[in-house]
Amino acid sequence: METYILLGFVLVLSIYLGLELISKVPSTLHTPLMSGANAISGIALVGALMLAVGDQFGQLQEVLAFLAVTFASINVFGGYLVTNRMLKMFKKK
Amino acid sequence: MSILIENLSTLQNVIYIISSMLFITGIKMLGKEDTAVRGNFLSALAMFIAVSITLVNVVNPLIIIIGISVGAIIGSVIALKVKMTSIPEMVALFNGFGGLATFFIAWSEYSTTPENYFQYILIMLTTFIGGVTFTGSIIAYGKLSERLTIKKTSLITKLFTTIFYASLFYLIYSAFFTDIFEPNFDFYLILIILTLLGGIGFVLPIGGGDMPVVISLLNSFSGIAAAFAGLMLLNNVLIVAGSLVGASGLILTIIMAKAMNRSIGNILFVGYASSSSGSKSEETGEVKPINVSDAFLILENASSVLIVPGYGMAVAQAQHVVRELGELLESNGTEVKYGIHPVAGRMPGHMNVLLAEANVPYDVLVEPDDVNPTMDSVDVAVVIGANDVVNPSATEEPGSPIYGMPIIEVHNSRTVFVLKRSMSSGFAGVQNPLFFKENTRMLFGDAKESIGGLVSEFKE
Repeated sequence: METYILLGFVLVLSIYLGLELISKVPSTLHTPLMSGANAISGIALVGALMLAVGDQFGQLQEVLAFLAVTFASINVFGGYLVTNRMLKMFKKK
Repeated sequence: MSILIENLSTLQNVIYIISSMLFITGIKMLGKEDTAVRGNFLSALAMFIAVSITLVNVVNPLIIIIGISVGAIIGSVIALKVKMTSIPEMVALFNGFGGLATFFIAWSEYSTTPENYFQYILIMLTTFIGGVTFTGSIIAYGKLSERLTIKKTSLITKLFTTIFYASLFYLIYSAFFTDIFEPNFDFYLILIILTLLGGIGFVLPIGGGDMPVVISLLNSFSGIAAAFAGLMLLNNVLIVAGSLVGASGLILTIIMAKAMNRSIGNILFVGYASSSSGSKSEETGEVKPINVSDAFLILENASSVLIVPGYGMAVAQAQHVVRELGELLESNGTEVKYGIHPVAGRMPGHMNVLLAEANVPYDVLVEPDDVNPTMDSVDVAVVIGANDVVNPSATEEPGSPIYGMPIIEVHNSRTVFVLKRSMSSGFAGVQNPLFFKENTRMLFGDAKESIGGLVSEFKE
């Protein structure tokens, strides 16, 4: 219970931090920010890996962990690469 | 052995803190033009170290390595092959995959029996948000790539929308009325099915022009889902990274909604159709067409030109030839700017990406607020495949459904060229009085061909 409260605190603070950090993004960067943030949401990969840590690792869990890892990896690799590709195109005069 | 495990867990947590710091710095740098590339790199580095340290105590490394490799190959191939015009649907697709991953994580957690009530609630919530993000994004992908054409008024849309509300009620119901210590799989299965179908119903009724809002919102959801998964698994880096994504998606959603002068609720649950039924002023007047050679003569003598692109430019793939025209005008001594409306196109920043691909430097791109005050000094405004974002009804007709929406006021410039295929109205279904204005000339035809014609006139 205490842990959840503490982590809930981290959650709320992080959202506020995110709102402050990104509030003044120029419109040029709207798409790269979106796809870059999209890549970050691939952090679910870490969660997927944690599934493969516990001792209750049956067949269903194995399949689910495999699927979660695969889809999260597509998100991570695809997201970072396409963001980088896009950002490289932006040039100043 | 137990000391080793304890130390490993401490080490992991320290690495997670470092990773969180890198994510925060990375996303901050991603929000500024000069540092964006490095910001993206830092966030990738944060991801790399967080994943690496978690890999250390995985019990079955083989299937994990296979999973990562398969994902890496598929993701990289899509990212390197995709055309810039297809970026909106690709972002939607990746977003959906992130949601799907959290959905599977929640499912797996449920199947290993929730330990307490909080974890149970978090599993239900993560399942719901992850599942809605997944199917919602797939529908968004279908709409953006134009593979899916289902009308919002059709029976199927209404059916799925109803299922969405049903899934919401079921979620709330499940929070209060289940015995968490005896997992009942049938009960959970119903949630899974309702959630996946409900996600379809969440996005199906939302029209093409509202896509920038939906895609930002789904982006936000995928982050929130990851953050909830972090709470569920008691993992702080998931919480921090997920929250940052949730916040950035939320900011974009708000920016997009403001640029349309509508509330998020109105976009998601009402749409234009019901609000536009009130007044529809029949615009009368004569449309004045112009041909390419006359348009060339006017452009040749212009000292300042504003190019206003919209979704039509993306459809016609005209960004390269537009850049060529811009350069020719500049070498002719004309000042050229590009007026970019935040919701032009199908995702936030859509026009900026297309023009960047065509090598248009980003500092000649201006926003409505910057260009509107000096609009009367613009000789020619060239509107390429944009409609609602230049509709003067937004400032002149209080009865219009788009009244109050900030627009690029091209009607205040000396001459307006509108490049358009036909006289059909824009996404909002609102007639555009701009076409009938005294200073407007219509250049009918495919945007790419028309601009190409102007380019070859200049070259002669």
